[in-house]
Amino acid sequence: MELAAKIVAHYNQWITIFLMVAGLYVVVARGNMIKKLIGLSLFQTSVYLLYLSPGKVLGGTPPIVDPAFEVYSNPLPHVLILTAIVVGVATLALGLGLVVRINEVYGTIEEDEIIGKGEGE
Amino acid sequence: MILDHLPIIQVIVPLFGALLCALTRSGKVAWVIAAIVSLLMPLVAIGLLQQVLSQGVVSYAIGGWLPPVGIEYRVDLLNVFVLLVVSIVGAVMIPFAARSVAAEIPEHKQSWFYSMYLLCMCGLLGITITGDAFNAFVFLEVSSLATYTLIALGSDRRALIASYQYLIVGTIGATFYIIGVGILLTVTGTLNMVDIADKLGDIGQTRPVLAALAFIIVGISLKLALFPLHVWLPNAYAYAPSFATSFLAATATKVAVYLFVRFVFGVFGTGIEFGSFAVADVLLVLSIFAMFGASIVAVFENNIKRALAYSSVSQIGYMTLGIALGNLTGLTGGLVHLFNHALIKGGLFMAVGAVAYRTGTARINELGGIGRRMPWTMAAFTIAGMAIIGVPGTVGFISKYLLAVASFEQGYWWLPFLIVLSSLIAVLYIGRIVEVAWFREPTGAVATATEAPLSMLIPIWILALACVLFGLDTEFSAGLAERAAAFMMGAGG
Repeated sequence: MELAAKIVAHYNQWITIFLMVAGLYVVVARGNMIKKLIGLSLFQTSVYLLYLSPGKVLGGTPPIVDPAFEVYSNPLPHVLILTAIVVGVATLALGLGLVVRINEVYGTIEEDEIIGKGEGE
Repeated sequence: MILDHLPIIQVIVPLFGALLCALTRSGKVAWVIAAIVSLLMPLVAIGLLQQVLSQGVVSYAIGGWLPPVGIEYRVDLLNVFVLLVVSIVGAVMIPFAARSVAAEIPEHKQSWFYSMYLLCMCGLLGITITGDAFNAFVFLEVSSLATYTLIALGSDRRALIASYQYLIVGTIGATFYIIGVGILLTVTGTLNMVDIADKLGDIGQTRPVLAALAFIIVGISLKLALFPLHVWLPNAYAYAPSFATSFLAATATKVAVYLFVRFVFGVFGTGIEFGSFAVADVLLVLSIFAMFGASIVAVFENNIKRALAYSSVSQIGYMTLGIALGNLTGLTGGLVHLFNHALIKGGLFMAVGAVAYRTGTARINELGGIGRRMPWTMAAFTIAGMAIIGVPGTVGFISKYLLAVASFEQGYWWLPFLIVLSSLIAVLYIGRIVEVAWFREPTGAVATATEAPLSMLIPIWILALACVLFGLDTEFSAGLAERAAAFMMGAGG
């Protein structure tokens, strides 16, 4: 019972872990290059949650200085994750761009078909 | 006045250079911009070295926001050493780029190529100079994204697949790193590396800290291509344009090795003694596997660029071996090898690039007798090859000697034998190329090949001669590396 309470209390971490592992699984298990990128995006997104959820201070207000309030939430993770989102978007865009080029050159985006095209030296 | 701002100049000049290159449409203009930036960078790094030597650690607060709140650029003996390696390699190589890039990249993409090269350099220098763990992640991604593009610009269509695979693996690595940093942020509430180290000293060896350590080590190991996380590297180096391969092989993995040292000894060193947990043992075993496994694959590889790429994986094994030994001599050996290997591999890959420029191929079986048509290029290749084997009088010998001494100090009497044995495998893969190059009759494309142009020969020979020079006079390389190692061990102990 105590264990269950602990699990429920940290539900944000469990969601993070689920997204993380699910994303990584998609990257490893799928041969379709677009699906791999979706998995990769999911994996990166989980990190946003990892950063953001501890930033909320229970009972805290948004960090705008006002004499009426004393406890503020931590704004730092939001700033960091704003940067991380930009990085994630750039990575995804570049990855999709590469997949477009691969599709033009090879005529497929399935990894096993590309390897099956006798590329070995 | 301007000397106070050297740390930011080191990073921002390549960044704006990249922007300028992207705005031009001419490959030649872009090359001039890239050359000016590349030649300026070592001057900045030398200026920083002088500051560090005269006044100790240089701390620079970006935008006047004082650390630990603001982002701090922190230059000490360790990272000024790496800054020198990256910037000098860039400066030596840039003349090589002019002809090589003009031949391998379509005209309308050349300015983009130089733009990506400068962005990559900006990212690598940024990772090295920053004292902020999250800022290091941003620069890691700046350099990585630029690297993916550089690789994808290779003329072989397999370059696209290599780039895609590196993108997947590289992003996973960077994300692992950022997960680790996130856990550290939750535990310590700060991102400044020195500040984290201070706070970890009080917190000690708790489970979240160990989890953060594991994530960060695995993440960086993917980036530095530690065996068995190296699978992205051979294809990426084999199919990237020659200049990109030479630059990346000499710098990118080195910067990752630096970040590894920084975290293991600098950040975690205060709370957790290196060697008190399994990381050092695992690293030792993996390094030995890398030294042998990758070298053996290199022996059977037909494409010289791929063979050298596998050789890089095995050489990274020597660097991580030095780290794994965990004593002063070992870390010195690892750091010296970081410097030495940058010279060696830069020279080797540029020599192969010059051969590919003249003959259009990098396959051993098509290059019989190339040494008779391009004697200067292949002579330099042979010298650098001897350095990678570790012949006395070359830089490779210095690193391996230090590693052997460190093994004895640590009580691993069997390890020097393994180091020598793995060097013998290097004799095989270098010897095979040298044999084909000098002792066969020139045929096919080789028969009509002529000596590489001076703009290529000079950079190759500078690095080849440096391989001998720093093998004889170790005052600069090993001396600086030892001080850097002592500094890191002192910070960690």
